[in-house]
Amino acid sequence: MIAHLPILQVALPLLAAPLCVLLRSARAAWWIYLLASVAAFGSALLLASSVATHGPLHYAVGNWAPPFGIAYVIDAANAFVLVLVSGIAVATAIYAPRSIAAEIDPQRVYLYYACLCLCLTGLLGIVATGDAFNVFVFLEISSLSSYALIALGKRRQALLAAFRYLVMGTLGGTFVLIGIGLAYAVTGTLNMADLAQRLPALYGNRTLTAAVGFVSVGLAIKAAVFPLHAWLPSAYAEAPSAAGVFLSATGTKVAIYAFLRFAFGIFGAGLVFGHLPMSALILIVGTAAMLAGAAIACYQDDLKRILAWSSVGQIGYIVVGLGLASQQGLSAAFLHISAHALIKGGLFATAGIVALRLGTTRIDALAGLARSAPAVFVALLLGGLGLIGVPLTAGFVSKWALVMALIEADQWAVIAAVLLSSLLALVYVGRIIEVAWFREPPLLADTAQPSTPAPMALAMWGLVGVSLVAGVYAAPLSRAATAAAAALLGTAP
Amino acid sequence: MTALFDALMQNPAVALWIAPLIPLAAAASSALLGGRRNLREGITVTAGVISAALAVALWPHAEAGLRVTLWDWLPGLTLAFELEPLGLLFATVASVLWPITSVYAAGYLRGNDEQHQSRFFACFALAIAAAIGIAFSANLITLFICYELLTLSTWPLVTHKGNADARKGGRTYLLILIGTSVGLLLPAIIWTYVLSGTTAFRSGGILAGQAGNATLTVLYALFLFGIGKAALMPFHRWLPAAMVAPTPVSALLHAVAVVKAGVFTVMKVSIYTFGLDTIRSSGAGELMMWVAALTMLTTAAIALTQDNLKARLAYSTISQLAYITLGAALAVKTAVLEGALHIATHAVGKITLFFCAGAIYTAAHKTRVSELDGMGMRMPYTFAAFTLASMSIVGLPPLAGSWDKLLLMEGALDAGFPLMMGVLMLGSLLSLGYLLPIPIRAFFRPAPGAASDDRVITDFPDGDPPPRPVPMQEAPLACVVPLCITAVTCVAMFFLEDRLIAPLARVLEGP
Repeated sequence: MIAHLPILQVALPLLAAPLCVLLRSARAAWWIYLLASVAAFGSALLLASSVATHGPLHYAVGNWAPPFGIAYVIDAANAFVLVLVSGIAVATAIYAPRSIAAEIDPQRVYLYYACLCLCLTGLLGIVATGDAFNVFVFLEISSLSSYALIALGKRRQALLAAFRYLVMGTLGGTFVLIGIGLAYAVTGTLNMADLAQRLPALYGNRTLTAAVGFVSVGLAIKAAVFPLHAWLPSAYAEAPSAAGVFLSATGTKVAIYAFLRFAFGIFGAGLVFGHLPMSALILIVGTAAMLAGAAIACYQDDLKRILAWSSVGQIGYIVVGLGLASQQGLSAAFLHISAHALIKGGLFATAGIVALRLGTTRIDALAGLARSAPAVFVALLLGGLGLIGVPLTAGFVSKWALVMALIEADQWAVIAAVLLSSLLALVYVGRIIEVAWFREPPLLADTAQPSTPAPMALAMWGLVGVSLVAGVYAAPLSRAATAAAAALLGTAP
Repeated sequence: MTALFDALMQNPAVALWIAPLIPLAAAASSALLGGRRNLREGITVTAGVISAALAVALWPHAEAGLRVTLWDWLPGLTLAFELEPLGLLFATVASVLWPITSVYAAGYLRGNDEQHQSRFFACFALAIAAAIGIAFSANLITLFICYELLTLSTWPLVTHKGNADARKGGRTYLLILIGTSVGLLLPAIIWTYVLSGTTAFRSGGILAGQAGNATLTVLYALFLFGIGKAALMPFHRWLPAAMVAPTPVSALLHAVAVVKAGVFTVMKVSIYTFGLDTIRSSGAGELMMWVAALTMLTTAAIALTQDNLKARLAYSTISQLAYITLGAALAVKTAVLEGALHIATHAVGKITLFFCAGAIYTAAHKTRVSELDGMGMRMPYTFAAFTLASMSIVGLPPLAGSWDKLLLMEGALDAGFPLMMGVLMLGSLLSLGYLLPIPIRAFFRPAPGAASDDRVITDFPDGDPPPRPVPMQEAPLACVVPLCITAVTCVAMFFLEDRLIAPLARVLEGP
């Protein structure tokens, strides 16, 4: 059974999507999505435990041995991401129905779940596959479905946001395809393991260098790495709340994972970080991201936009971690991938509840929230503390690991930037908290707010709670991240 | 109850981690009990008495080197508590003054009809838990976490009134305290960890021989400026800003728990992270010593110009904190003992002064020094207490503050900085100048209304006006009793001081 799990957890959501469309019922579609995501989460957990005890898992799709068939390879690195993505998918499933009912035309709800199934398929596929071209295929599946998800947003601006994302995303996808094509041209294979074997002989080859460039820029667009982030803020802010939760927590993280896999599993660290000056470039870009994202977040006047810009900044931490290309740096990157996914997912879930209760997420409208919805306020506060990186939150654990890695690499300027952007995070989180805590609500708005639906509260507290537990009981997550980094670097036992 | 207590004392290590749990429990119960005021405040005061008793009962074990590991957090990061004399001194000061302040706060909040009283008591207890956590921290990481918790839990107290002023003050408070701690203290801790491979507090320090003199000087400066709660210039602005808080908060937190947490951390870092010998031999303390001296004199001069009573007390606090930082930076035994002693004596003295300021506000709604003429006879107990506490802070015998000023002068000589003696004398003169005029005005100047009456009376030809008794108008009993207790303590401590610092003195003399 375990042997077939790598394909099963991708295939189930893929099969679920057309089923949603065929049944055309919102309720049935939700059940299908819920079952698919729970199944994916279950298999991810099984895979992770199997990888932890028995080592990497190889699977040949349709029993076609590579290089002719497509191979799926699960090791500690992608098991880590699989668990994260499918776990968030389950939380989204719990969160979605009540939130969607308020935001999406009932006629289209089944389409929403179909898109969500496809998006999950794409993300899990990118992570699980051992074939370079397959990465592109799944990248397109996830991208196309997420354009549709964003376009389902309530306001008309959602269409513009989806269109912007579509233009940028298509550009990114094309770049990735060109890069893969070039690598295929020089090696004649698409299997990751084979590529990794044949490429070192070709270091210095212009075509290969171009391939690295195309893939890196393409994935940087997908991961919204500054300065290629322009699509992200409006896309996340305009998407339906329940899509925002899923996309913000998983979309960019998976693109970063894909870059990690290309850099370490295909091109090889020797080429990307040895021959080419990528390390310096990535550190500069990441540092700029964490400062610019956090600084711009301070000037937004909408809760979701603050969160989205904060994501641009937080991605910078992950990018810096991977730019170090060291064991410590990578494990810090993995830690921050998970910490930020949990925190930001929880915060977007909170923002969705705010949207449901107040009908808007403008900062001004939050006035009096601490009194009218104390639970929501506390979740907002705890998530915000995580973004700042206050000790005993998951955000601190990953930042601590990052700073330790930076010290090891003697990158003192970047450390200063990390601390500065943490202070900026204090400012933008402080603004939210201050309005919600102090400002008196306008008298007219004193009408009864709808109460928080229990499933939405459950999903919100689930995400916030797991992030808190991960902050306090940090050792297991830290071990998993270390194992993931070791698997990528090929130093795993 | 007593049996339970005895059992605890058999296992002082257990008592160590129960100590911060008691205020935590009080915080939870305050938050949950909501509007039932008598029960809520009863629980708070009871919890306060228990933690005070617990702290006092731990004194016989002060030098046993007890240690409990709370949590192995991450590789290299362990959360742990440890019992040592300096921490116990700070914990005792905080937890003994907590129940007294709670009684006072109950009177003050009711007397002034403040809003959100449950939130107030909950945050207050949380702050005490954080302070006790700081006191017992066994390493810099534990200390840092409790330090941040203290900042965050006091923010709702500073902004308690919720108006524009309070929000502005709260913003300054949070930005300076978190800004310095994240921007300077945390890097200093990380740097220490990188240099020495540990963040634990060890007798004699962990940095000896780990880095050059220049590095140590920079690191020491990072620490001392980064500990924003110690309010060294130019990071002192938060303290006057925090005076928008209700007076009980100013009293316990901004005269005792928060600011003392700052200087306590300074002392702890000086003694157990750097080691006194390292500070002296590397010259790391010399720079910070002058910064402290400058802070002491400048803020004392500013205090002279303040008419708002609480603002004057706030600047006086900054100036007095600099004495402790100076003691740590001089890094000789007598000076460090002064620092430890001053943590206790200044706490008791300054809390009394703030209690008085709050009592004056509650009884007469006066906030300015210039309005206090003739108030002495209306509020005799309050102003008698004010006089005693002022004299203690100035350092006049036979009051608590006199010993430590003496020790510090001796320390300055021991460390070879005779010039510092002059600075200290000037500091004392300035403190005399900004504190004593207040009771003098209150007792010896006629009240504004009474003054015109007097003139009318003296116009009588036979010139024998009947003495007119001034009606007494003290604040509620719940406010006056605590301030009398702390004022009497100022006197009592004069005779007890050697006991407070004897264990620390032995540690400093140790191997």
